[in-house]
Amino acid sequence: MFSARNLKLLTGPIGKDNPITIQVLGICSALAVTAKLEPAIVMALSVTMVIAVSNVVVAAMRKFIPDRIRIIVQLVVIATMVILVDQFLKAYAFDVSKQLSVFVGLIITNCIIMGRLEAFAMANKPWPAFIDGLGNGAGYGIILIVVAFFREFLGSGTIFGYPVMEKLGLYSIGYENNGMMILPPMALIIVGLIIWYQRSKDKTLIENK
Amino acid sequence: MENLLNIFIKSIFVDNMVFAFFLGMCSYLAVSKTVKTSMGLGLAVIFVLFITVPVNFMIEKYVLKNGAMIWLGEGMGDVDLSFLTFMVFIAVIAAIVQLVEMIIEKFSSSLYNSLGIFLPLIAVNCAILGASLFMQEREYENVIEATVFGLGSGVGWLLAIVGIAAIREKLKYSNIPDPLKGLGITFILTGLMAIGFMGFMGIKL
Repeated sequence: MFSARNLKLLTGPIGKDNPITIQVLGICSALAVTAKLEPAIVMALSVTMVIAVSNVVVAAMRKFIPDRIRIIVQLVVIATMVILVDQFLKAYAFDVSKQLSVFVGLIITNCIIMGRLEAFAMANKPWPAFIDGLGNGAGYGIILIVVAFFREFLGSGTIFGYPVMEKLGLYSIGYENNGMMILPPMALIIVGLIIWYQRSKDKTLIENK
Repeated sequence: MENLLNIFIKSIFVDNMVFAFFLGMCSYLAVSKTVKTSMGLGLAVIFVLFITVPVNFMIEKYVLKNGAMIWLGEGMGDVDLSFLTFMVFIAVIAAIVQLVEMIIEKFSSSLYNSLGIFLPLIAVNCAILGASLFMQEREYENVIEATVFGLGSGVGWLLAIVGIAAIREKLKYSNIPDPLKGLGITFILTGLMAIGFMGFMGIKL
């Protein structure tokens, strides 16, 4: 079940093979939902769910999918999963679903999912495909959560809505929230800094130009 | 007329697809190495948005919305297909991209040769699906408004990708710390450009 190879599928995408910072996939929907921690976590879970399940479905069907129409088959599988997630969120977490607005629907065109289906699920058995989906979902989720943590903490002074800065009494000695953090540009800059950090820790990742 | 101009300007500058919503980032980062190719992709995106947004608008209005199928007869008045939105939108986009590709190939091979490679890529560009979903969320009143919105979003996307490509061409000659080279600096630059675009916030004609 958890052989060394499968374990590597799980841990690879979290570090050296990260979908966002190394493979540059799925950035579209990643950044817009990171102004607060809660929607970021919901988004990470939704994407992980969609990748893992559609990986399993496509891996199970891989021998029956004609090569020429595989893209459309993959899109249908993904769209079905996304509709399920969307309806589930609307039913059980309506507020978060409103905050995520169109970005739940945009999971369909998230390049990570198409990328994993094409590169992995079409050539592997369902179980490794499931692990691979979980790993990539987790790699994606970690970046989302790190970015959201900094943006919420520095931008609103809260963590999960709990007013940390206020409880520490920093406002009374003149501390101000950095409103810039909540605006879209800072998400890009924070991801840029994460990439900088990761590549200076691991020199093999540096792009040669 | 004023309203249309307002939607157009707003979708280019204020609600820019790349800088305000991060849509289409994947191809934005991958293709923005030279100005020429990014111009080609940008034009293709404008073209596809210009067609898909109004088509999806009509489908939404006459098929998918709650009670939209009343024109088929009284009995169809309470059919609600809105849960199928994602599936229908993405299918329409994939079909139109394919169609556009075939039409261009037939009638203008020079345009096909310059856009050709980018067209299939566009089907999975989040900016296209994103524009359709925003069109649905913002509830534009008629198909002309939706078309103008589609066109404006495309122009905004073109501006963004050509801008970053021009900067990246110059960037080759600058001395950037090694770990920041390539992807890292592109992210930070996009952030800075987005801060610039925030200056347009609140513009209303």
